[in-house]
Amino acid sequence: MTMHTLSVLVENKPGVLARVSGLFSRRGFNIDSLAVGETENPDVSRITIVVNADSSPLEQVTKQLNKLVNVLKIVELDPATSVARELLLVKVRADRNARSQVMETVNLFRARVVDVAPDTLTIEATGTADKLDALLRDLEPFGIKEMVQSGLVAIGRGSRAITAGPALRAA
Amino acid sequence: MTRPTPETLAHSARRARTVAEAPGDTDHVPAATPVRPAPAQVSGAGSLVRSLEALGVDVVFGIPGGAILPAYDPLYDSTVRHILVRHEQGAGHAATGYAQATGRVGVCIATSGPGATNLVTPIADAHMDSVPMVAITGQVARPAIGTDAFQEADIQGITLPITKHNFLVQEASEIPRVLAEAFHLASTGRPGPVLVDIPKDVLQASTTFTWPPTPDLPGYRPTLHPHGKQIREAARLMSNARRPVLYVGGGVLKAGATEGLRKLAELTGIPVITTLMALGAFPDSHRQHLGMPGMHGTVAAVYGLQKADLIVALGARFDDRVTGKLDTFAPDATVVHADIDPAEIGKNRHADVPIVGDARHVIDELLAAVTTERAAGRGTDLADWWTQLDDLRERYPLGYEESSDGTLAPQYVIKRLGEIVGPDAIYVAGVGQHQMWASQFISYEKPKTWLNSGGLGTMGYAVPAAMGAKVGKPDTVVWAIDGDGCFQMTNQELATCALEGIPVKIAVINNGNLGMVRQWQTLFYGERYSNTDLGTHKHRIPDFVKLAEALGCVGLRCENVEDVDKTIEAAMSINDAPVVIDFVVGKDAMVWPMVAAGTSNDEIMFARGVRPVFDEDEL
Repeated sequence: MTMHTLSVLVENKPGVLARVSGLFSRRGFNIDSLAVGETENPDVSRITIVVNADSSPLEQVTKQLNKLVNVLKIVELDPATSVARELLLVKVRADRNARSQVMETVNLFRARVVDVAPDTLTIEATGTADKLDALLRDLEPFGIKEMVQSGLVAIGRGSRAITAGPALRAA
Repeated sequence: MTRPTPETLAHSARRARTVAEAPGDTDHVPAATPVRPAPAQVSGAGSLVRSLEALGVDVVFGIPGGAILPAYDPLYDSTVRHILVRHEQGAGHAATGYAQATGRVGVCIATSGPGATNLVTPIADAHMDSVPMVAITGQVARPAIGTDAFQEADIQGITLPITKHNFLVQEASEIPRVLAEAFHLASTGRPGPVLVDIPKDVLQASTTFTWPPTPDLPGYRPTLHPHGKQIREAARLMSNARRPVLYVGGGVLKAGATEGLRKLAELTGIPVITTLMALGAFPDSHRQHLGMPGMHGTVAAVYGLQKADLIVALGARFDDRVTGKLDTFAPDATVVHADIDPAEIGKNRHADVPIVGDARHVIDELLAAVTTERAAGRGTDLADWWTQLDDLRERYPLGYEESSDGTLAPQYVIKRLGEIVGPDAIYVAGVGQHQMWASQFISYEKPKTWLNSGGLGTMGYAVPAAMGAKVGKPDTVVWAIDGDGCFQMTNQELATCALEGIPVKIAVINNGNLGMVRQWQTLFYGERYSNTDLGTHKHRIPDFVKLAEALGCVGLRCENVEDVDKTIEAAMSINDAPVVIDFVVGKDAMVWPMVAAGTSNDEIMFARGVRPVFDEDEL
């Protein structure tokens, strides 16, 4: 099985996310990551779904997704020709002794400190899943108190936009 | 942007054809001039009823209740006929029967909570069999949604996986547009059920009604016309195949493509196999018809698919009941798979030539492409293939044995019913042994004369579906062939039939048991008959004749072979009331042939312990 990143353009209407996510679980797929937000067109939302599946069952679930009336377009993004990012917020133990070492790691990864408390630092980082994993590995020894990660968002490289198309203009 | 299509708007034009016997293949009629009354000040409920009228709905099946009550007030004065059923499940199956008999959208109405949840079974049934249905439900008022209010159920959430689409109406002004969209979605592309949930305060709100509305379905674009290159490839394969079969499903009936199918079959000489959902799409009496495939299909049809070198699937979906164990199904066949739903293509069986399109367009274009092939002198001689198939038909015809204990054979009853009543009637079956016998021993010659619950296998389907079919086709004789188990699930709708003047005829094939389950217990559970005896023989509870009379019907009983014809004839002579015949039949009769669940089609049994002998060397 391989990871696939699907960009699903949907009508921005109540209940659409439930239709999409429900379809995945009903057909026996586990969603690895999911992110939803508005697009440049406020009537259209974009759902980025990362799913671990073989290509033949994935084709079936994509076809089933296409049957949802509120789904406008589905594009699978190839990692080689797209940019993908996740956001990580992590609260790390960092008392006076450890603080400078933690800061060094933060700088190495071009992450940022977004909150400071006497014995912790809260760090914000964006990047690919690999980069964030590496950051977490380096922060682990200091003690991770809490962390939260967004779903992956991804966009194709180059000047073409997947949101251009007859169906989407009409929406 | 989706515009109202001819299919949606022509709905109003079709009303006039309700009584006239429309030919089977007239679903795609040209658009009528849309009605455009001036904007009128109405309630949401008024807007709903005006929308139904504008859509050409002639009848709805339903039961009122608290949340839907506002809709029943304008309905009281409407030209739309409301048939008050006894259980919402009856309303749903009646809408399905109406839709399957006429090709038009069937409509059912229920209130919120339990009213809506009682529609779940018929909606799931319509979803599995791709039936154009619109279900309208009342919902608690908007401020009460999500508070566990009295009779609140999230019917939109509940029906998400079993509808083609569903709506929760938020504003009264949306009602005409949502209704137009619901009818458009239900009846176009791959048909299916659409639910419209309307909160009570939306029904009560003041709004304006204008027609026609502008549908807004940017994500809905069914592909109707097949790709020319795929059609030419399919035609080329059909010209070169030595053992081809046409595997025909319900999509051909829904697309109104039966005339084209006949031409295509006769032009190519290819054997035709019709699934349970497609009986009537190709005349049973036609020489090229091998019968039904699958678990209880004919030996010739099962073998024909299994040994084919080319399967041309038209509006069929390679259901597990057809394929048997999938990885041993038709191992040598190249597959051309045409369906209007791209998700069906390659779902169960890889398609070598996928064709997305409406069966009518697909068949018409195949016909043209095959004609070109023939004109160029291409085509194979299928004489050897036919010799093998004819030999199988001769050696393994559909048949049955008279019982050894002197009881009436259910197959005989059903066979005589079909012979006496004839091919113009509509036959509606429940689910189980009687359904399979009705599919095997009645000859279906015309489209839309056989209705049943194929995909979901809903016991209790027959009586309400027959009611709906009779309402849609009042001048056609409608027979339900039901089991004693099925009949006890939904017979309350006979009260509706008696009061509303819907003279359906019901043949209860009463073997005193849940017959198909009992058959599996006989074959696979060492004859341990756990909870399959219904007591309808042993104790005559209920007495179906008395029950029929209590429900305002004529009740007849037949217990021996001599009385079969005259009892059927007696039922045929009654046209002013529903009739129920209690056919008391033997409990040990079994449905054959049979491919046991999960086994390969190669292991088809012709009768208990009898496997057909295939001369493998010939192939």
